[in-house]
Amino acid sequence: MTKAVSSPPGFWTKNQQKLAPWLFLAPGFLMFIIYVLVPIVQSIWISFHDWDGLGEKVWIGLGNYVELLDDDSFYTSLKNNVIWLVLYLLSIPAGLAVALFLNQTVTGIRLYKSLFFFPFVISQVVVGLMFTWFYAPDFGLFSKLIEWLTGEQVAVLADERFVTYGIIAAGLWPQTAYCMILYLTGLNNINPEQVEAARMDGAKGMKLLWFVILPQLAPATFIAMVVTVIGSLRSFDLVSIMTAGGPYGSSQVLSYFMYEQALSEYGFRMGYGAAIAVVLFLIMMVFITLFIVRMLSQERNA
Amino acid sequence: MTFTKSLQGLALSVAFMSTAAFAGEITINSDHSDPVPKKAMEELIADFQKANPDIKVKWNNFDHEGYKSAIRNFLTADAPDVAAWYAGNRMEPFVKAGLFADVSDVWKANGLNDQLKSASSSMTIDGKQWGVPYTYYQWGIYYRKDIFAEKGITPPKTWAELLAACEKLKAAGITPFTIGTKALWPTGGWFDYLNLRVNGYEFHMELTSGKVPYTDPRVKAVFEKWGELVKPGYFIANHAAIDWQDAVPQMVQGKAAMYLMGNFAVATMKDGGLKEDQIGFLQFPQITPNLPMAEEAPTDTFHIPAGAKNKEDAKKFLAYVASPEAQSKMNATLGQLPVNNKAEKPQDAFLKQGFEMLSGAYALAQFYDRDANAEMAKAGMEGFQEFMVKPDKADAILARIEKVRQRVYK
Repeated sequence: MTKAVSSPPGFWTKNQQKLAPWLFLAPGFLMFIIYVLVPIVQSIWISFHDWDGLGEKVWIGLGNYVELLDDDSFYTSLKNNVIWLVLYLLSIPAGLAVALFLNQTVTGIRLYKSLFFFPFVISQVVVGLMFTWFYAPDFGLFSKLIEWLTGEQVAVLADERFVTYGIIAAGLWPQTAYCMILYLTGLNNINPEQVEAARMDGAKGMKLLWFVILPQLAPATFIAMVVTVIGSLRSFDLVSIMTAGGPYGSSQVLSYFMYEQALSEYGFRMGYGAAIAVVLFLIMMVFITLFIVRMLSQERNA
Repeated sequence: MTFTKSLQGLALSVAFMSTAAFAGEITINSDHSDPVPKKAMEELIADFQKANPDIKVKWNNFDHEGYKSAIRNFLTADAPDVAAWYAGNRMEPFVKAGLFADVSDVWKANGLNDQLKSASSSMTIDGKQWGVPYTYYQWGIYYRKDIFAEKGITPPKTWAELLAACEKLKAAGITPFTIGTKALWPTGGWFDYLNLRVNGYEFHMELTSGKVPYTDPRVKAVFEKWGELVKPGYFIANHAAIDWQDAVPQMVQGKAAMYLMGNFAVATMKDGGLKEDQIGFLQFPQITPNLPMAEEAPTDTFHIPAGAKNKEDAKKFLAYVASPEAQSKMNATLGQLPVNNKAEKPQDAFLKQGFEMLSGAYALAQFYDRDANAEMAKAGMEGFQEFMVKPDKADAILARIEKVRQRVYK
């Protein structure tokens, strides 16, 4: 390469191949460090302190974590997070069902598809408000229905037995729409020849779905899993809008608990909030690591 | 202000763009975002500028809820010259962190120790005053006058009379009390009044400042009295699902007859369709005989941040807000009570009653979530809400609140 050049090559020419990718990566890296890595380290650092956000930070070591282990609200939040995680996954089969149902060619199917996708477009806050009214005692459609069926009113959002399920039901509505869209794009990429071949071999109904269609939808299922699991762990908006963690803290989840301790009107315990954030981060890390490991192994096999 | 200082101010204002603070200009941050308070504030500023033509006021109006977190940021980062806030323990963290300036000289120079006497204890920390109160309002039981008359109930003055009235209403198919506890704080009003009536003001203040355990038998006595209303179902069902405004229709429709609330609820009741002569106001009944009656009267205030750039003119503003004329006019617009005892008496029927009640009050409490530390208040009110749903768990609830108290006030 340097044969024709008489003078010795400069630093740039020598290392261009090595440096160029780093230069291209630099802006992204910089942003990532400033807005992701540094805040993570800062949060962990704050979680070792007792700090109200105004005065001096006082180092208390693992004090916040010790207190967390003795805090009933923490266990309530943790339990609710598990319920969220499990039930939120229902949006994947539900989304698949809707997608399969909509994957046909009839007049106006585009309109139906967009109507089904509609809940994902509107903001979570609006979804929360709508469901709050839906459940509202005295005038809500749902409580009217329950009253008509059982003769008794159930105020879903005021009853600690039902409140978390009530909120999750509200969350499933937009999440199902999201999974549906993922599956609809997946269904577009199905190899028609394989389906035809399977048909010729006599496969139909559930068998066709399970052995021919679903394996081809695996990438869509994977993405749906990832967004649903992460979505369930950061379920914040709905809890905040519908119950604010109530009644008496029984619909609390980790992300709302963190907000309430650190940033709400009655909070400003930055250290404690940061400790909750770190715990939430560690839980998310488990899932994220699983997903990344799976993704990497797939790439290697491909 | 000297020339160099004003230059500095100019430089700063250029740097920040948001708060200009050279001589003759003050910046006010406040949370008067609702239409009526906004109008009152606009009038106040216009009148102040008329009285002090050399001072220009720059006003940043914040959303009511957002203000509570915004104030922490702007007090430390970019302090205005005047900031609105609340009296009592709500201002304590800012005073202790050195973010509010001592304004005792404004009080002394304008005779406020005398004129604002009723609020002076809630403005004083370490023997100094840290702000100026401009308005407060009474709490009490608002009731349906027409329903009471129809059922032959006279407004109760004692606990026994209240229980008898409740029983009568319940028998007639009317829930005695409406309440919406979703936002938690309406429960604080109940706890405050029961504690003030059962144990008195001094004990209430000791408790809310964290000096007495919640497992104390005197607190249990409060819950027992409360239970006498909760257990027979004298509160509406499903109150944990609704906000305080959503509880008003119950009263408007005649399904409930009483509401322990602040005076601001009257406007909502009237909006709902109740006429003025359908609504009555009564002082929370006596429980322990011969105990001096203290009342609940949350006070709104103005403060000068320690980092203010134009303290001299800000003090002029505080003195103006404290004056009888300014308070008369502002509270006439607000529909609340002036704190200054030289101010004109209110015309509104409910305010008149409130004014009489508060001027005869033994002492004034600010409200549970202003008297108690914020974190404590949250845990306490959550417990109160749970108690109003599950009164049998009183002991477990109090033990849990006590655990929080020990941590908060260690």
